[in-house]
Amino acid sequence: MYRSHVLVCGGTGCTSSGSQQIIDTFEAEIKKNGLEEEVSVVRTGCHGLCALGPIVLVYPEGSFYSMVKKEDVAEIVSEHLLKGRVVTRLLYQETVKEDEVIPLAETGFYKKQKRVALRNCGVINPEVIDEYIAVDGYQALGKVLTEMTPDDVIQTLLDAGLRGRGGAGFPTGMKWKLAKNLVPDADQKYVCCNADEGDPGAFMDRSVLEGDPHVVLEAMAIAGYAIGANQGYIYVRAEYPIAIERLRIAIGQAREYGLLGKNIFGTGFDFDIDLRLGAGAFVCGEETALMTSIEGKRGEPRPRPPFPAEKGLFKKPTVLNNVETYANIPQIILNGAEWFNSIGTEKSKGTKVFALGGKINNTGLVEVPMGTTLREVIEDIGGGIPNGKKFKAAQTGGPSGGCIPIEHFDIPIDYDNLLGIGSMMGSGGLIVMDEDNCMVDIAKFFLEFTVDESCGKCTPCRIGTKRLYEILDKITKGQGTLEDIDKMEELCYYIKANSLCGLGQTAPNPVLSTLRYFRDEYIAHVVDKKCPAGVCKGLVSFEIDPEKCKGCTMCARICPAGAISGNLKEAHVINKEKCLKCGACIEKCKFNAIVKK
Amino acid sequence: MKSLEELKAIRERMQGQVGLRNESEASTRVVVGMATCGIASGARPVLVALADAVAEKKIEDVAVTQTGCIGLCQYEPIVEVIQPGKEKVTYVKMDAKKALEVVEQHLIRGQVVTEYTIGNTMK
Repeated sequence: MYRSHVLVCGGTGCTSSGSQQIIDTFEAEIKKNGLEEEVSVVRTGCHGLCALGPIVLVYPEGSFYSMVKKEDVAEIVSEHLLKGRVVTRLLYQETVKEDEVIPLAETGFYKKQKRVALRNCGVINPEVIDEYIAVDGYQALGKVLTEMTPDDVIQTLLDAGLRGRGGAGFPTGMKWKLAKNLVPDADQKYVCCNADEGDPGAFMDRSVLEGDPHVVLEAMAIAGYAIGANQGYIYVRAEYPIAIERLRIAIGQAREYGLLGKNIFGTGFDFDIDLRLGAGAFVCGEETALMTSIEGKRGEPRPRPPFPAEKGLFKKPTVLNNVETYANIPQIILNGAEWFNSIGTEKSKGTKVFALGGKINNTGLVEVPMGTTLREVIEDIGGGIPNGKKFKAAQTGGPSGGCIPIEHFDIPIDYDNLLGIGSMMGSGGLIVMDEDNCMVDIAKFFLEFTVDESCGKCTPCRIGTKRLYEILDKITKGQGTLEDIDKMEELCYYIKANSLCGLGQTAPNPVLSTLRYFRDEYIAHVVDKKCPAGVCKGLVSFEIDPEKCKGCTMCARICPAGAISGNLKEAHVINKEKCLKCGACIEKCKFNAIVKK
Repeated sequence: MKSLEELKAIRERMQGQVGLRNESEASTRVVVGMATCGIASGARPVLVALADAVAEKKIEDVAVTQTGCIGLCQYEPIVEVIQPGKEKVTYVKMDAKKALEVVEQHLIRGQVVTEYTIGNTMK
């Protein structure tokens, strides 16, 4: 029995900031102090506060150490673990109030969160099946197999009101019902998991797989029972090495325990899961393209209908759900539909995980009840915008979504509200932008992404997005006309209406939503030939204010293009022909003498 | 292959371990003084004995933690039992055997082991 547990985050974020070294040092120091029989070091999944990694949690005190360095470990071991004195200096400062340590759950970042899908992330060791079992793991599968009929399971999900967390929000129970009933005499059915998380800035699925892989396996087995399938596939992108490794371990352990395989719990139900790795094509997150890719073919979408519930993988009825959707299911089975139903808004039940990124203090992963406002997520949980800058917009749904401007700051976030204001839930990436972001440039960024990722099968998407990108490029260079804006808008609607799959149908959304809320910025680019945020290089010029310049020569020395000249103690000038507009001189100037115009 | 019963057995066995990581506030706190003075007088075996016994006997809502110097070095090892709404009980000059008695009498039955308390020792 261990009296104390040291939990070190082993998610991708903390791993890249060196958490493995922290673990090694902890183990060495604990050994040195002869505590190895009393203190256990556990590598967990993501705690959510990725901005402050590597994160170390010490129980039973629940002390939350942030940005831990290798050099700090010896002190934590000798002071905290040996002598019981919490090292306040190294604690996450939000947990320290007037010399008192307050529980993590009462800090701004965690207070408004409700962790359902992320329940076990950062709590259990994802590589030990027994720890998952300790937190009720595989109990839901047991309950389903021994106490419920497939129809009961589906009805529970329908009553719970769970909707797909991949973005579109289709009712999960309905999906399962169709897969169960559409083809009554099917000889084979499949359950697939979409772990091809491709939106720039979204990483919640990765975190679930890294922190709690068994929950996905359990939920897929439940789906298999509900629709009558005995084989599952998890389609995960090859760029997620930690997630893949932990899934492999989890599948191996589940098979060893007989929780996957033949005759599970002696009920005669067979179910097994295999992994399929994607090569990182964004379009493979689209359901038909994903299944085509699992079949071993080039990952391209195909027209629907027929829907996967009728003809999916290998032309057999198939259920395909997203990782986060699955992560909710065992909880719903164990706690009941009413429990889940009581969280969230009228039409969007439960919680949603968001990956906070961009101009925000607390970059990381948060899970909030549906209906939480954008203001709460950004200001209270996210800790606001760094450097005292003003909020401009939040981007949800990645390249398929849109921007939410400040006037909708207080809108409760759910599927329908976001659609209503021209964005979408998407998989949950939430990128915050401040006054220094140019909205035309943002639209261009996302379009560049979709142009790159368009599979090329259908013309509206392949050529349409390319033309759209070209017009945006023209505008950011200051060569656009008002007519271009109209043309662009028309093209957007055309692409939306005629593309084959979700990628093309949603690709114009970033343009449409920025046009809707930030048309004045487009006009400024086109009419005044100005970029208000000073981002579009073609539209800004750098000048030195001779009044403020002291002639310190700092700027001339830093300029990589040799564009700045002037004598010591005399005002300098920028040669606009040579200037690359890199901004290095602005950062260097101590007198704020250089201005972007 | 595991049966549902075996699964439940694993759960029971593991819960004591993972339960330590619960964020919910345990109502009773058992605090062991683990500064240099405490360690020197043998607080470590006391702490381990307490932690093991609480886990083994599946006493819920009890957290065994450590603290620094309590300030009564001559009475170490010191164990404090803090329960909401009750006066703090301070046990002094503890060892592993006495600790187990405290678990049995105080934590399980709710009877303070007066013999080991500071009030009794200082008399």
